[in-house]
Parts: sequence; structure tokens; C-alpha cells
Amino acid sequence: MKKQVWATVAGAVALACLSSQAMAQSRDLNIVSWGGAYQDGQKEVFFKPFNATGIKLTDEAWDGGLGVLRTKIKGGNSTWDVVQVEADELEVGCDEGLYEKLDVNKIGGAARYLPGTVHACGVGAIIYNLVLAYDGDKLKAAPNGWTDFFDTKKIAGKRSIRNGAKWNLEVALIADGVSAKDVYKVLRTPEGVERAFKKLDTIKGDLVFWKSGAQPPQMLAAGDVVMTTAYNGRITAANEKDKKNFKMVWKDTPYTMDSWVIMKGTPLKANAEKLVEFLGRPENQAKLPKYVRYGVTAVAATPLIDKSLMGELPTNPEIHKQAFAEDVKFWIDNGDKLAERWTKWAGTK
Amino acid sequence: MSTRQRFSLLLPLSGFLLVFFVAPLVWLLSLAVREAEVPRALPRTLAVLQTWQPGQALPPKVFPDLAQDLVEARAASTLADAARRLNYEVGGVRSSLMRAAREVGSAVPDTVFGAEFFNAVDPALASPEFFAAVQRARGPVSSYYLLAAFDLARNAKGEIERVSEANRIYIDVLMRTLGISLSVTLLCLLLGFPVAMLLTQVTAKTADWLMILVLLPFWTSLLVRTAAWVVVLQREGMVNTLLMHLGVISEPLTLIYNRTGVLIAMTHVLLPFMILPLYGVLKGIPPHYMRAATSLGAPPVVAFFRVYLPMAAPAIMAGSLMVFILAMGYYITPALVGGGSDQMLSYFVATYTTDTGNWGLASALGLMMLVTTLALYAVAHKLSGGRALSMG
Repeated sequence: MKKQVWATVAGAVALACLSSQAMAQSRDLNIVSWGGAYQDGQKEVFFKPFNATGIKLTDEAWDGGLGVLRTKIKGGNSTWDVVQVEADELEVGCDEGLYEKLDVNKIGGAARYLPGTVHACGVGAIIYNLVLAYDGDKLKAAPNGWTDFFDTKKIAGKRSIRNGAKWNLEVALIADGVSAKDVYKVLRTPEGVERAFKKLDTIKGDLVFWKSGAQPPQMLAAGDVVMTTAYNGRITAANEKDKKNFKMVWKDTPYTMDSWVIMKGTPLKANAEKLVEFLGRPENQAKLPKYVRYGVTAVAATPLIDKSLMGELPTNPEIHKQAFAEDVKFWIDNGDKLAERWTKWAGTK
Repeated sequence: MSTRQRFSLLLPLSGFLLVFFVAPLVWLLSLAVREAEVPRALPRTLAVLQTWQPGQALPPKVFPDLAQDLVEARAASTLADAARRLNYEVGGVRSSLMRAAREVGSAVPDTVFGAEFFNAVDPALASPEFFAAVQRARGPVSSYYLLAAFDLARNAKGEIERVSEANRIYIDVLMRTLGISLSVTLLCLLLGFPVAMLLTQVTAKTADWLMILVLLPFWTSLLVRTAAWVVVLQREGMVNTLLMHLGVISEPLTLIYNRTGVLIAMTHVLLPFMILPLYGVLKGIPPHYMRAATSLGAPPVVAFFRVYLPMAAPAIMAGSLMVFILAMGYYITPALVGGGSDQMLSYFVATYTTDTGNWGLASALGLMMLVTTLALYAVAHKLSGGRALSMG
């Protein structure tokens, strides 16, 4: 009887291995993005037209996290081929060998993309800002920037910020008088971190935290907060979809970039490269801002974008020059310690 | 059937448990003490540091060896893991190490990789603190993650001390987890006991209907129930709208994204786990005991406390333990309806496994939770005279 059991087990295992292997070879190309209205837009602009070129493409959504990617690679047999990752995931994942090295000539050449958007392991997908947003119908006097965000006497009421150290420490320092270009220099010193937390302390009683990017527009709409930090695309989307009159302040806001990477060891590498090339074509990218107001990375895309959309686009030169770039290296090095510190800070009254 | 044959019938289950439960659990928990990254990436550096004591001058040979390790580890893709591990202890060295590896790789021939070279990349890389951290991570095991889970760390001299006030979180979080679990258990008992008692006293048909009311939420997905509470409790949600309409309150109450929301939602989710074991035991208590007590002159309250309650005690213990242990591991409900100060231990375990990939600390926190739960269980077992295991 024992023998029979083992034979059955062995048979089942063998079958499972065989079928999963067969699946890996015959499966469709798979792209992973960030879901929601953003991915719906991507579907219209990129995924469906790419399907029409003859290579079958399926899409999935994720919420980020290097741990997830690491598990995919170490677990083997990952079904993810092309993934949109955040700046720190690009940097660290590349060092750890989670992504294929990118041959820029296969994705349209370096000259196609804005300077600084091509990386050894990935190429820029979108550029977006973390803006200060408020409801234009409820708040008549426009806040002038982070100084007013931290001034509860001038503008009373709750404010919401992302639950995490990233970007909050930066804007706290700016509100405290540090110029945007010196923010990371100050933050690299222990005194700078103290100073940022001290500044946050001054409005702690009026703070509400958000976790997902969909929350800030909801909180503004519900009247829970008078001002919030938010991803710029979400604010525009709320204005267009729900007929809101949300306004944004762009001055001294951090911007960052998500990138496309090809996962290490994918059996569909050639098609994945074709996909990334397709995603980088200016004529394709130019259609994205209509759905979500995020900046795109192909140089030739900007002139093709409808002028009426440029007013709220992070890559609009007028906006871009007011913003400052997130220092990815700073967060890779200090993220762990500051996350602990943030948790402690946010968890005590 | 011989005993052997009988045991052989258990073989598939024990085999399954061993392969899919015990082995992965042990492996995962062992991550809390294993140190593999640094010995894999920096073997030469560690060999030189073998006789070095923190406080002594660094052996000069350590720098060229570090340079060679960096180049080889970078080529073998093992450097990033080691750099991340060292960055936990010496903030900022992660990118410095990666940069140093690149610079060593692209240096002109005959470059001397001494202290000055590393000092130029980042003074931290030439500091005794950095090498002390390297040495502490030499493996094969270390107490780093376990200490970190208790807000402790070793200083450059190797002595254990508490981490800076601003970074002490996990003991607080453990206390918070225990506090929330205990509150939820008490609330469940308070709400569940009358229901279970009622179930035993109505007709079988009514009991069936009431049982369905208990089971229906039990069968509904946890996520759906939690999301429903968001709708009910939010600022412009049903509860606030109703209360404002009735004129009970003039300002909306803050019922969600705080402790109140967590307690309400978790109590609701876990209530069936209290009612079901309670019902199982209470059903078996013959009603004539209470009648006998009353006929002997005991007022109902006395009869309840002196006759009924002692017989219900094992069920109360079993139900409470079940709810408490389940509550200890809750993650999604506090994450959705809680605020920054309501997150429980599992939230941090999840963050460390999926976000930052710090499996060592995740395992250490998991171990902390497991040991706490087992210890509490043992106490409950002892207190109940070994009856905590029985479910009715």
C-alpha cells in the first residue's frame, strides 16, 4: 500500500511539474502595472494596441514592494515579464539582479528618451509629482505652498499626508525654510532629520494619514481634510470624473519616476523587449495624459500631447522647473531606519 | 488492525504536515538567526577580521581584501544582499558599498586600495564601526534580528543596549497587539455569551434561525465584512448620518481610522469564534441544574454564578483562547480600519516580507508573536487545569 501511495504522489508531482513547464512555454506575455484608473488608461493606450500587433498580452496589477519581486525571482517560474517599478525598486532590484539588463538599442535607442530616464535595468514609464491639493470650492484663499500647509493658524483644519517618512520629511524641511535644492543635504544630517520631525510635530494634532493614492481625493471630497498631499494624476482624475474643483500647488513639490523593467530569466525576453519598445514610442505615450495626467518619457511625445492637457502635466517645463527630484539613493540608504522612526512618531500621540 | 497499521493510516497526514507545515515553519523561523549574506559576499574581509577586536587598530590588509571581495561579490550578484544587511546597522553604507565596488572595478591598474581609497568613497567604510558590524554579521548565526525585535542592538563594543528612543517600536507594538486582542476577546465574550445562552433556551427551530444569523457573517469573506465597516463607520457614513439626523450628535464622531474602528470591526469578525464553542458546551448543561438550584432557594443571580458559570467555564476558556489567538495574528482589519497607532505585529511582518524584504526581522517578529502566544496558551492551560484544549 505504501508503495502505491508514493507512486501516486510521485505521479502527481511529476504531472504538476510538467504542466507548469508547459504553461511557462505556452503562456502569453504578461505585464504588471499599478491598477485603477491608471491601468485602465494604459490598457486603452498601450495594451490593446500591442495585442493587435500579434503578440498576445495579458495584464495584472500589483502594489509594489521589492520583497514581492524578490520572491518572484527566487521562487522561479515567475509569470511576470514586464513590470512597472518605483525608483527605489529599480535601483535596488537592478543591483540584486532581479531584472534583465536592458539593451537600449532594442527599445528605440537612448536618444528617444528624456535624459536621466534610461537606466541599466529599466526605462522611465511615467513622471509624477506629489502635490499639495485642496478643494477650490471650500478653500477660497489659495495656500501658497508648504509653509501654509504647516500653518494651522492661517488655514485651520485637518491635513492628510502619506503614512510614511518619504516626501513628508522633505516638505517639512521646505516649510521650515530649507530651499528645495538643499533638502537632501540637510536631511543627510541627524540634525536635519530632527528638524523635519520637529516641524511635523507642530501640526501633528491636525494630521490624518493616507495609505493608497486613491484616498486623498476621497478625503478632500468628504470634507475630512482641508488640504492634502496627493499624486497629481489622481487629483485631475477626480476633477474630470467627479466634477470636482480640486486645485494643486506645484511649487517645491517632489517628483519621481516609475520605470519599466523586464524580469530576470523570462522565457519571453524577445517579446518583452518588443513590448517595452512599443511602450516607449512617442506616438503611443502621447495618448496617455488624456487618461491620467502623468508625464511621459519620450522626447518626441510632448509636442504631440494635446495643449489643453499640458496645464497639469508634470513634464510641462513651467511645472517641472518648480519641482525637485526625489533623491532615490537617500531613501534606499536611510529608508529602513526612518521607517522605524516614522512608525514610532506616527504611533504616539 | 495492529497499532502499526493504525499509525500507517496517519502517515499521509503526518507527512503532509511535516513537509508543508513544520519544515517551512522551522526554516522560516531560522531566518531570524541566520547570517548568510555577509559571509557569502565578504569571505576574505571576514578572515582578516577574525583576530581583530573592536577598539584595536584595523589590520591594514583588510582594505585590499575588502576591495577584492567587493569586485567578486558584485560579479556574483551577492553584494547587494550583503550591503542591505550591513545598512541595517550602519545607515548609509548600502549605496557606499555599491559605489565602492564600482570604483574598485573601474580603477586604474596599480591603484592601492587602502584606507584612503575607502575613506574617499565614504568615511563610514573606513570606520571601525563599519568593520565591527561586518564582524558581527560573520555568521553562521547572530542575535541581531532577535535583538532588533526587542528594540535592542549591539554597540561598536559588542555590548547590548537599547536602540535610540525614537526607534523603539516593537515592544510597544507587541503590547498594543496584546491589548487589542484582549479587548476584542472581552468584547466578544460580553456580546457572545448571552447569544450562546439564548440559543440553548429557545425552541430548536428558532435556534436554527438564530444560528444562521451567527453563521452568515462567518461564511462571508473577511475582506467584505471589513470593507462594509468602512462604509458604515466613515465620517459621512451610516452611523454618523443617522445619529446626526436624530440629533444625538452635532459633529460627526470619529469611528474609523482609530482604535474604536479596529475594536468594532475585529469584534464583529471574531464573534462567531466565541459563540460557536460556547454554544457547543452550554447546550450540554442540563437545564434542571438551574431549576434545582432555584428550588433550593438560590436567587437567579446566585444560581447563575455558582451553578451555571462554573459549568460554562471550560467553554469560556476555549472560546476566549480561540478569539484571542486569532486576534493576535490579525493584519488586514487593523490595516483597513485602523490608524497609524493601531497597527499590530503582523502588519510589520507583512511590511518586512513584501515591501522591504527584511526576512530576518520578519521572522524574528513572527517568532516573538509565536512565543508570546504559546506562553499565554500555556498559562491558560495551567489555569484551567488542563482543560483549555477541550472545545466542548
